[in-house]
Amino acid sequence: MTPFVDIAFLILSFFIMATKFKPQDPVEITTPNSVSSEILPTDNAIMILITKDNQVMFTPLAEKDPGVFDQIIQGINTKRSLGLTPAEMANFRKTPAVGVPFTGLKQLLSMSPEDQKNLKQPGIPVLDSATNELVWWINEAKNAFAGGHMKILIKGDGNSKFPTFDGVVSALKRNDELKYNLVTTPEDIPANSDLGRMKREVEGTKK
Amino acid sequence: MASLDTGDSGGHKKGPGVKKAKKLSTRVDMTPMVDLGFLLITFFIFTATINEPTAMDLNMPKDTDKEDEQTKTKQSGALTVMLGKDNKVFYYEGELTNENASQIFQQTTFKGIRDEIIKKKNAVIAAYRTDPACEEKAKKEGKRVSDCKQQDFFVVIKPTEDATYKNAVDILDEMTINDVKRYALMKISPTELDLVKASGGTSK
Repeated sequence: MTPFVDIAFLILSFFIMATKFKPQDPVEITTPNSVSSEILPTDNAIMILITKDNQVMFTPLAEKDPGVFDQIIQGINTKRSLGLTPAEMANFRKTPAVGVPFTGLKQLLSMSPEDQKNLKQPGIPVLDSATNELVWWINEAKNAFAGGHMKILIKGDGNSKFPTFDGVVSALKRNDELKYNLVTTPEDIPANSDLGRMKREVEGTKK
Repeated sequence: MASLDTGDSGGHKKGPGVKKAKKLSTRVDMTPMVDLGFLLITFFIFTATINEPTAMDLNMPKDTDKEDEQTKTKQSGALTVMLGKDNKVFYYEGELTNENASQIFQQTTFKGIRDEIIKKKNAVIAAYRTDPACEEKAKKEGKRVSDCKQQDFFVVIKPTEDATYKNAVDILDEMTINDVKRYALMKISPTELDLVKASGGTSK
């Protein structure tokens, strides 16, 4: 039995080392599939979430530089004169994602992160170009990330409707942001396609 | 496992009446440990994220009214794909007019659109006449010269309000799969919307 146990523990230690717990998303999102194999950036980025009920949420991804969070919320607070307290603004760092209109932001930030998770957020308005509030968030994020290159991740649920995505894109376009990364689940490249043939060609020349 | 030698065997002789110390087994029952080990293995296997999410690039054109900044396309190489509700796909080649709408406007599925894209792409490649300017430019920029063959091929993607985000990602993915170099996501025109509506592709 000894060799058997040895192997078992070897596998166990491998899995312990290899496991990286993914951060919990505020809402469950089933992303569509794509053949893309590009690795997702996790820092220096903003993430825009679209839930299956067409609600838009926003969160910056800045583990290395949490000051970005403060800058964004301070900018929003001043420009929209929301009258947030310093404690509420500090809470923005711990907020999983903002999915409320500006009118509900004070209430959201006064809650603890645990309560925020349980709250059903109505989403940031994006559908009407006059009241597209995502424009403001992106603008502040751009200012906060100034200098560094900010990546834009759009994580949409496959069942969300296209107009919501269109609203998100138009908010980005109004901030002159034209390059995005759509978060997808990888799938196999069909062998009998031009891309499949190209991949094989590249691999063939390497050998 | 090796058992420890307690050292007393074969040493000096014991006197009469000295009881021989009972040899204790040094083997440990490993079964609970192994049980726990396998429990942990199963736990980590289940929690391990096998499918790490990937990023798909999307570049949008800048909205512009300036003539020289707009992308020009030849009508002969254009394929317009419209996305309706319930994963319905509509497409037409070239330019849509009131007269030819009934002939060129067609419906298909996400499975069928790949063949249409390949068919159109091959037709454009077959009609290609050597363009030295493009080939030279490709060589200079280190791109594939063969891409020049499909320089007139342009896919216009027009999702309706009833299309889902998955539909849009799927059709963009189809561009990557079929190696389409030029494509754009655009707003649907009222004429096209009427045609899609007439075919039951949207209710709005």
